[in-house]
Amino acid sequence: MAPELPLLTMSGITKSFPGVRALDGVDLDVQAGEVHCLLGQNGAGKSTLIKVLAGAHQPDDGTIRWRGEPVTLRSPIAAMRLGIATIYQELDLVEGLSVAENVHLGHEPTAAGFVVRGKAARESTAALLGRLGHPEIDPARLVGDLSAAQQQIVSMARALSHDVRLIVMDEPSAALDPDEVDNLFRIVGDLTAAGVAVVYISHRLEEIRRIGDRVTVLKDGRAVAGGLPAKTTPTREVVALMTGRNVEYVFPDRPPQPSGTPPGEPILQVRGLAREGEFEPLDLSVHPGEIVGLAGLVGSGRSEILETVYGARKPTAGQVLVDGRPLKPGSVRAAVRAGLGLAPEERKAQALLMLESVTRNVSVSSMSRFSRGGWIDRGAELGAARAATRELSLRPDNPSVPVRTLSGGNQQKAVLARWLLRGCRVLLLDEPTRGVDVGARAELYAVVRRLADEGLAVLLVSSEVPEVLGLADRVLVLREGRVVHRAPARELDEHRVLDLVMEGSPVS
Amino acid sequence: MTQPVSPPRSGTDKVTPVSEPPAWRALATRADVRTLSLLGVLAVLVLIGGITKPDEFLDTRNLQLVLTQASVIGVVTVGMTFVITSGGIDLSVGAIVALASVWATTVATQEYGFAGILFTAVIVGVGCGLVNGLLIAYGGIVPFIATLAMFASARGLALQITDGKTQIVTVDGILDLGEREAYVLGVPPLVLVFAVVTLIGWALLNRTTFGRRTVAVGGNAEAARLAGIDVRRQRLYLYLLSGLCCGVAAFLLIVLSGSGQNTNGNLYELDAIAAAIIGGTLLSGGRGTITGSVLGVLIFTTITNIFALNNLQSDVQQIAKGAIIVAAVLVQRRTASTTT
Repeated sequence: MAPELPLLTMSGITKSFPGVRALDGVDLDVQAGEVHCLLGQNGAGKSTLIKVLAGAHQPDDGTIRWRGEPVTLRSPIAAMRLGIATIYQELDLVEGLSVAENVHLGHEPTAAGFVVRGKAARESTAALLGRLGHPEIDPARLVGDLSAAQQQIVSMARALSHDVRLIVMDEPSAALDPDEVDNLFRIVGDLTAAGVAVVYISHRLEEIRRIGDRVTVLKDGRAVAGGLPAKTTPTREVVALMTGRNVEYVFPDRPPQPSGTPPGEPILQVRGLAREGEFEPLDLSVHPGEIVGLAGLVGSGRSEILETVYGARKPTAGQVLVDGRPLKPGSVRAAVRAGLGLAPEERKAQALLMLESVTRNVSVSSMSRFSRGGWIDRGAELGAARAATRELSLRPDNPSVPVRTLSGGNQQKAVLARWLLRGCRVLLLDEPTRGVDVGARAELYAVVRRLADEGLAVLLVSSEVPEVLGLADRVLVLREGRVVHRAPARELDEHRVLDLVMEGSPVS
Repeated sequence: MTQPVSPPRSGTDKVTPVSEPPAWRALATRADVRTLSLLGVLAVLVLIGGITKPDEFLDTRNLQLVLTQASVIGVVTVGMTFVITSGGIDLSVGAIVALASVWATTVATQEYGFAGILFTAVIVGVGCGLVNGLLIAYGGIVPFIATLAMFASARGLALQITDGKTQIVTVDGILDLGEREAYVLGVPPLVLVFAVVTLIGWALLNRTTFGRRTVAVGGNAEAARLAGIDVRRQRLYLYLLSGLCCGVAAFLLIVLSGSGQNTNGNLYELDAIAAAIIGGTLLSGGRGTITGSVLGVLIFTTITNIFALNNLQSDVQQIAKGAIIVAAVLVQRRTASTTT
């Protein structure tokens, strides 16, 4: 690393939103050619910081220097002109446009100033995709037809289509499978070798170890440590900086019962449930107090299974039974009435009413409990929402705030509080800690385990193998819509499960 | 956790009011600012009316007239507010008002007297709403298209019934309602109906599960569905409600004009949508305000009245309305962005 001027220096960056001081005097400096990792819990201010860097938010205070020169990033375009590209966690692609059109959106190659040269755009896009290790993506295809992982690649191609000096990647590995992650790291390596700086945000410490040069840790809107060596700083120290907690306590203890199926009748039984083209006939049962995990890669049918059990998708065969009674297939209402609750993968799109308060988000499934003849007793509603959110230590401790001001982990707690309040007996968790950092994860794991201990049956889906192994009692391993292995979690280890999910899968 | 969390008995779980974050307050303040600014606009209009035509505008009869005119479109707007809040749109309200008003004033219907007219107006409105609702909720047709089709068909049917002729009402009970003798403490009965509809609408939206479900469906239909709400049934109810409001409005119009015409309710859909939007209801759904909608209606009606008193033609009125819609939305955008 050259000891010259840093490529980017942000100092004293402050940004407030109603009720939240998102950033409180944050410093960050990034050298050309380095991978600078940003770590922090949800709500620590990472997203706000990169939005300031991308020109999407204007800081209330602080200065930004680019190669030593003070700059103002008035808009995303201004940031792009300097050579700052951002790949957001929630992809910002236009699904109705082709890959090439998305990559060149806003800077199309043109003839006579306005006629888009489609062929040139497709060729340069193909070249970019090749560089990114994905020559199989057709530049003429619609982005809406691509998988999430492929869309991520397109998003990256778009960033690289500019003359970029610094790329911000917000949890780029979240939607990727392990081999895709390897490819991502190769790309990051190529970029830094060419002198491009990468600001890398991830919750996965092992990734930061692998590719990071330096780490800046954010906590509560402040940079609690800046520029730590990424490879040599002890994990313990990093986690302590983020949370004040010790990493070994991440997973709660299992109840000391013998492994195998617990005695008694299961609450939830799934018999021969199938959806053509998505997953093959599946049998499983979950007992009260038990956490059953489904492990599998993206595309293994995990989420589809969960949504079909919940009635959000109609099965082509089989049935779901609660307490031995079959549920009406394809009916969410029947499932909810029988005591099922779903915390879906896409919280914002599938679970939350973003314009509404936490209270209303929590009470939405139990309104009949606070109402008489349709008339809502708002005092009782607020009290119940407060009790449910307190039970989960949701922050801030005020259910009247809009749910959109909450961090991801706390939004997830709001979803759990909804089902807690409803008195649900079977909890279906789809990627419960997606986008949730280490400290908040541990808290969520503890909550889930406690709910199970209190008699809830939990069906958990996760692409993170350690999560399934650490949290579940029994594990079903899925590959391409089929259960390939069942075992108690303590009889499995990460390598074994990874072998099972990868085995025989097509080489990509 | 097999037992639901029990709501604390009121008073026993008093929370120490240490730090209610201002985010909550910002939300409340924004609604207040909006209501206040609408009231301000209305006050300015009244001032303008009072200055330009002091004798005519502030005359009791004129104010009664303004309120009476506001009542018909106001009742329609209350229904429209619900539909828009749920993320939908109802383009057929004007046509439904026309159809209901002519169906309720045919010679055959008038033979059943007051009750026959009221009943028919309401039933036709609800019937049209039912068709809209079924097409949208269970037929999977987008609201814009379904209600556009209803708009065309209902207008056509209204023309067919009347053959383009005005149907004079001869039922005394109806005509009496429009007379000054029927006023309650100086308030025309039509205005009373409007006030009652507004109150019911406000309570329904803000205090009932029906209102919550409406907001949830408009804010995020998928989340509402996965939370266990019957989104389709809710949509059906919403268009039924809009149809019901049209039926009531048609009855008010019959009382007001003493007749039924197939040209009734012309452009009501635009007026109602505009009033709801300047009132602060989100066109994309998820947020609605009955108070705002009613203020929006009063603003529009007052403008029309002032323009008429000053002998300005309707073309000028239309231009002014357009300008006000844009101005109101721009002002709201600004207040929204400064408080967010």
